[in-house]
Amino acid sequence: MAGTVDTTKGLPSHPERATLEGKNKFLGFWFFLGGETIMFATFFGTYLGLRNGIGDGPSSSELFTLPLVFLMTMILLTSSMTSVFAMFAMKKNKFKQMMAWMIVTVVLGMVFLGLEIYEFQHYVHDYEFGFTTSAFSSAFYTLVGLHGAHVLFGLGWITLLIVRNIRSGITLTNAPKFYVASLYWHFIDVVWVFIFTVVYLMGAGGY
Amino acid sequence: MASYKKEKGVVWDWLTTVDHKKLGIMYLIAGTLFFLKAGLMAVFMRIQLIMPDNTFLSGQTFNEFITMHGTIMLFLAATPLLFAFMNFVIPLQIGARDVAFPFVNALGFWIFLSGGLLLSTSWFFGGGPDAGWTAYVPLSLNENQLGLDFYVLGLQVSGIGTLISAINFLVTIINMRAPGMTMMRLPLFVWTSFVTSTLILFAFTPLAAGLALLMLERIFDAQFFNPAAGGNVVIWQHIFWIFGHPEVYILVLPAFGIISEVIPAFSRKRLFGYTAMVFATMIIAFLGFMVWAHHMFTVGIGPVANSIFAIATMTIAVPTGIKIFNWLFTMWGGKITFNTAMLFASSFVPTFVLGGVTGVMLAMAPVDYLYHDTYFVVAHFHYIIVGGIVLALFAGLFYWYPKMFNHKLNEKLGVIFFILFTIGFHMTFFVQHFLGLMGMPRRVYTYLGGQGLDEFNMISTIGTFFMSAAVIVLVINIVYSAIKGERVIGVNDPWDARTLEWATPTPVPEYNFAQTPQVRSLDPLFYEKVHGDGTMKPAEPVDDIHMPNGSILPVVISIGLYFLGFGLIMLEMENPMLSPWIVVALGGLLTFGGMALRSLNDDHGYHIPKSVVKADLKKQGGGK
Ligand code: HEM
Ligand SMILES: [Cu+2]
Repeated sequence: MAGTVDTTKGLPSHPERATLEGKNKFLGFWFFLGGETIMFATFFGTYLGLRNGIGDGPSSSELFTLPLVFLMTMILLTSSMTSVFAMFAMKKNKFKQMMAWMIVTVVLGMVFLGLEIYEFQHYVHDYEFGFTTSAFSSAFYTLVGLHGAHVLFGLGWITLLIVRNIRSGITLTNAPKFYVASLYWHFIDVVWVFIFTVVYLMGAGGY
Repeated sequence: MASYKKEKGVVWDWLTTVDHKKLGIMYLIAGTLFFLKAGLMAVFMRIQLIMPDNTFLSGQTFNEFITMHGTIMLFLAATPLLFAFMNFVIPLQIGARDVAFPFVNALGFWIFLSGGLLLSTSWFFGGGPDAGWTAYVPLSLNENQLGLDFYVLGLQVSGIGTLISAINFLVTIINMRAPGMTMMRLPLFVWTSFVTSTLILFAFTPLAAGLALLMLERIFDAQFFNPAAGGNVVIWQHIFWIFGHPEVYILVLPAFGIISEVIPAFSRKRLFGYTAMVFATMIIAFLGFMVWAHHMFTVGIGPVANSIFAIATMTIAVPTGIKIFNWLFTMWGGKITFNTAMLFASSFVPTFVLGGVTGVMLAMAPVDYLYHDTYFVVAHFHYIIVGGIVLALFAGLFYWYPKMFNHKLNEKLGVIFFILFTIGFHMTFFVQHFLGLMGMPRRVYTYLGGQGLDEFNMISTIGTFFMSAAVIVLVINIVYSAIKGERVIGVNDPWDARTLEWATPTPVPEYNFAQTPQVRSLDPLFYEKVHGDGTMKPAEPVDDIHMPNGSILPVVISIGLYFLGFGLIMLEMENPMLSPWIVVALGGLLTFGGMALRSLNDDHGYHIPKSVVKADLKKQGGGK
C-alpha cells in the first residue's frame, strides 16, 4: 500500500498523487474546501443581508478606499501565482526552486496580512468604525476577518512545512502536503476575489 | 519500517486507537450514554405534563430540559449512534482494511465527545441552555443565561468532529473499495452513509457559521441580530434551518440504509429496485436542501415563498414513497424470519409512513398556521425520529451485534423489548396528534385542567413508562447476553446474510481482511454462496499488511478545543477564578500544538508480517 511506489528511477510525474495516502489527502482536501466554500457563502449571505444596516455608523461608501484594496488584491494574486510556480518546480523535482517559490509566497502573504491590519486599524481610528458599531460593521469584520484568519493559518502551515522539510528534498510523503497547502492558498485567493467584488467594489460604488 | 506493535495497557490502547472498529464501539457507548441522559429528561418532562398544573419541574428547568433533550438527542445521541455503525460496518462492507484517514477518524470521535462534554458542563454553571434546540434569537441572546454560551460553543466543537468524520467517510467510500466493488454494487447502507456525509459537509458548515455569529453576538457584542443597529433576527432562522432541515435527512438516510440491509437479509431476497433506491436517496438529499423555509411559514416570508417551499416539500414524498414500496416488494413473497432485528425493521415501515403523512400535512402552508408550534408538530417529528431513526438503530443493533461483540443478543428478551417499546411509543406519541389539534402548544411546561387535554396527556406519559421499561429490558439483555448470550466466535455469518462484512472472521482481526476480496456482484457474499464455494475469492496473495500507528494526539487536540471553548465562555462569567485568556491560550496551545506535532512527525505506521497473517488464516481454517 503506502510506500510501495518504486522511486528508484526518480519521482513519478505526479508525486502528490502517486501513493494511496496522497490520493486520499488530495480528495479529502477537495471535500474540505467544498465545506469551506459553503461556510464562506453563509458569511457572504449574512453580509449581503446586513450591508445596509449601518445604524449610526459610517456606510461602506464613506469607508472604502479602492487603491489600498487593489494593492492588496494584486499582492495576494501574485502570491497565488508564485505557489503555482512552486508546484511546477515540484513536478520537475526541482526542490530548491520549489522552496524558494514557497518562501516568496509566504512573504507576499505576510505583506497582505500587514496591509489588512493597517486597513482595519485605519477604520477604527479615523472613522470610529469598530466591530460593535453596527450590523454592517459586525458583518464586515466577521467576513473579512475570517478570511484574514485563513491567511494567517495558511502562513503558519506553509512556514511549518518549509521548516520541517528544509533538507528532505521532494518525497512521496511531503509532495501531497505541499500540494494540498498550495490548493488551500489558491482557495484563499479565490475567496478574496469575491470579497474584493462583493464587499469593496459594490460597497465603494454604494450599491 | 517499524516493527510489529508492542503490547500496551488496555486503557491506553483505547485512548490511542485509530482502529475504525474500536472507534465504532466507542461511538456506540458514548451515544448510548447521551441517549439515556436525554431520555431521562424526556421522562421528567412527561411526568411534569402528566396532569394539569403540575409542579414537579419549574418552568425554567422544563425549558432547560426541553432544550437539552432535543439538542442531545439530535447531535450527541442519534448522530454518534449512526456513526457507530458507519465506522464499524462501512470498511467491512466495501472490503477495505481501514478508513482513508484513521487519525482523522479518531480525532472526529474525541472532538465530538469533548463538544458534548462542554455542553453538559453547563449544568455546573447555573443550568443548561433554555432557548430550545433551535436557539431562536432574540431568546438565545439572554445575557443572564450562561447555558446558552455552552450551547453555542459545545455544538461548535462537536460539529467540527462530525464534519471531519464525514470527510473521512466520503474519501473512504470513494478510494478504499475492494476490486470489483463498483459504486453500483455498494450496499445501501454504504450508499446512504455516503450521501449523508455529503449532507453533513454542506449542512454543518452553515451551522458552524451561524453558531459563530451567535457566539460573536453573545460574547463579543456583535450587532447582527440587533434591529436598533441595523441587524435582522430572521437571518438566524434562515441559517439555522438551512442546516436544520438537511439534519433530519442526515439522520434518516443512514436509518433507511440499515432497513435496506436488514429487510433483504431476513426476507431471503435481494433488495427490490436497488438502482431506484440509490437514486431516490440522492433525490431526497437534493430536495432536503431546497425546503428549509417550511419551518418558517408563520414568520412572514410571504405567500410566494411559502408556496414554493410548500410544493418543494411535498415533492419529497415521491422518492420516499419509492423507498417504502421497494421495502414492501422486498418482503413480498420472501421467506421472512421475524427475529428482533426484522421486527424492528418491518415495523419501521408503517410507523415512518405515518410520520411522513403528517409531514405532508404540515407542508401545506396555510394549514400550518394552525399546527405550528402545537403538539401536532411534536407528534410528527417523533414519529420520524423515534419511529424512523430509533427503530432503525435498534434493528441495526440486533443485526450487527454479533459482528461487533462476538455474541448475539438474546432473542426472547429482544422480542419483549420490541413489544414494550412499540406499545409505549404509539401510546406516547399517537395521542399527541390530537393534543395538537385541540390546541395544546408545544414547549409549555404546564396547562390548565378541564380543557379536554388531561386524559391524552396522562396516556402520553404512561406510554413513556412503557418505553422506559423497554429500555431497561434492553439493558438487561445486553448484560445477560454478555454473560450467557450465544457465542459466535468462529461463526463468520450467523444470519446467513448477503454482504461482505459477514465474510470476515469473528472476531474481526485488526486488518479486517487477510486478503482483499474480489467482488463479483451486488450482494457479493450471497453471490459466492450461489455461484462459488461460499467464501470470497482473494484479489491478492497473502503478504505483509500495512497498518497505521495509534496516537494520543486526538485526545490532546480535543482537550485543547474543550479549553478553548470553556475559556471563551469564562469571558461571560461574573468573576472567573482566573483570567479567561489564560484558559483560551492553554486550549490554543494544546490544539494547535497537537496539530503541529502531528504534521512535524511523519508517521509511517507498521507492518503485520506475512507469517502472522498466515498463522491467523490457519487458525481460522482457511488460507488459500
Ligand atoms: C423516546 C422517547 C422520547 C420522549 C418521551 C420524548 C419526549 C419529548 C418531549 C416531551 C418534548 C417536548 C415537546 C415540546 O413541548 O415541544 C420533546 C422534544 C423534542 N424531542 Fe423528544 N422524546 C423522545 C425521543 C426523542 C428522540 C430519540 C429524539 C431525536 C433523536 C428527540 C428529539 C426531540 C426534539 C428535537 C425536540 C424538540 C426540542 C425543542 O423543542 O427544542 N426526541 N421530546
Ligand atoms: Cu424541515
